Amino acid sequence: MMLITCPDCGPRDEAEFVCGGATHIVRPPLTASDAEWGEYLFYRDNPRGLLRERWRHAYGCGQWFNVARHTVTHAIVAVYRMTETPGGAGA
Amino acid sequence: MKYSALALLRGALAAQRNWAQAWRSPEPRASYDVVIVGGGGHGLAAAYYLAKNHGVTNVAVIERGWLGGGNTGRNTTVVRSNYLFPESARLYDFALRLYEDLGRELNFNVMLSQRGHLMLAHSRHDLESMSRWVNTMQMHGIDAALVSREEVGAFAPALDLSPAARLPVLGGFRQARAGTARHDAVAWGYARAASALGVDLIQECEVTGFLKDGAGGVTGVETARGPIRAGRVALAAAGHSSVLARLAGFRLPVTSYALQAMVTEPVKPRLDTVVISPGTGVYVSQSDKGEMVIGGSLDLFASYAQRGSFAVMQSVLAGTLALFPSFSRLRVMRQWAGIVDVVHDSSPIIGPTPVPGLYINCGWGTGGFKAIPAGGWTLAHVLATGRNHELAEPFQLERFASGRFIDEAAAAGIAH
Repeated sequence: MMLITCPDCGPRDEAEFVCGGATHIVRPPLTASDAEWGEYLFYRDNPRGLLRERWRHAYGCGQWFNVARHTVTHAIVAVYRMTETPGGAGA
Repeated sequence: MKYSALALLRGALAAQRNWAQAWRSPEPRASYDVVIVGGGGHGLAAAYYLAKNHGVTNVAVIERGWLGGGNTGRNTTVVRSNYLFPESARLYDFALRLYEDLGRELNFNVMLSQRGHLMLAHSRHDLESMSRWVNTMQMHGIDAALVSREEVGAFAPALDLSPAARLPVLGGFRQARAGTARHDAVAWGYARAASALGVDLIQECEVTGFLKDGAGGVTGVETARGPIRAGRVALAAAGHSSVLARLAGFRLPVTSYALQAMVTEPVKPRLDTVVISPGTGVYVSQSDKGEMVIGGSLDLFASYAQRGSFAVMQSVLAGTLALFPSFSRLRVMRQWAGIVDVVHDSSPIIGPTPVPGLYINCGWGTGGFKAIPAGGWTLAHVLATGRNHELAEPFQLERFASGRFIDEAAAAGIAH
């Protein structure tokens, strides 16, 4: 069971959140090829280790935010707002 | 040594001390024609069919842990072929037909039990969807049939069929040829038969990198026990496919999730079919030992931890008890998880990768066990001939650029 620290509400039980998958994915320009567009939509790093992803406090404030989390230990290394770039302990 | 009743009787005279090891455990050689990374069902089956169907016996299967210790040993042992689209129906029914003869083929009892697979309808909309699915499946030659509420009661009398039930049962659909098979026996059967044909099974040997030629093609693998050269290399590593792909220098359209399952203490026969409820995402069967085998939803965040979260376990068990109130006093004995390789359309990838000389079998997601014979057969075909097997042709990486998906999320019947 994970304890996730919402930037607005503080530490809450994992059951209050939904995971939105990998974050910091850059949308390609409209001139992208089919392969580049497929890469953007479907291909993921899927690391065994530190993963940067977005979570939403669905049963709380409803806000999205970023989490840096280890996919084996599930340890949360950093939490930062949607508009922030990775930094601090998770960099 | 052939396993038979006669061999068992002969063994009785020797206090059953006459049995040889089921497979050889050789030191890895410096070079093979084919190296398969991953000693689960799909990798072992591919090795067996390479030797049996194509005469390619200079093959090694390299496994980081022990044979069948990943998802092959962590699933709920269900086999079925009730898929919606023609490409999937052909592939999964081919697997089921191979399962039907697998015990004889491998001379190893895989304990196939065709006790049927029953999907429940909890609403008029479920009934309408199932009527469409069954029509489609029957046109593809799959033995799916609609069943009434009374027939559901006859197949699974332990279900709560009262009109006041939290999830009222209005009927359902059933595949009679579906059922369960012993998962460990499938891995061990393929391992023993492949080893007897000359395949080297190398356990406790992690692949740490890939050997490449000047043009970037794969020419072998780096392992914890030194480099092994190979004419062709195949990955059959399910939830760890992305990790190996990264070592080889490419990405996959895969996200790894933990899918958990659990068993209760063993009890007398109470459930003689596989039951799945799309309303709860829960599926239940009773093992030959008597345990209720329960599965359900994924833990919906990326994970390589082979354990499930308590939040999902709680909702899976709540769903189980809504269906089977009489199970409420059973104790859960074990709970575990496997790391499954989920792709956008819930269909597999079997064929070449962007790296020359490197092939892959992955993307089975939450349903790889039922497909082991077909996954092995078609991977062996492309490894031996360099051409995709006809059944695997629709299941290529190119579909993630072309958009030609085989989207089985609906037919899988559960929310993953």
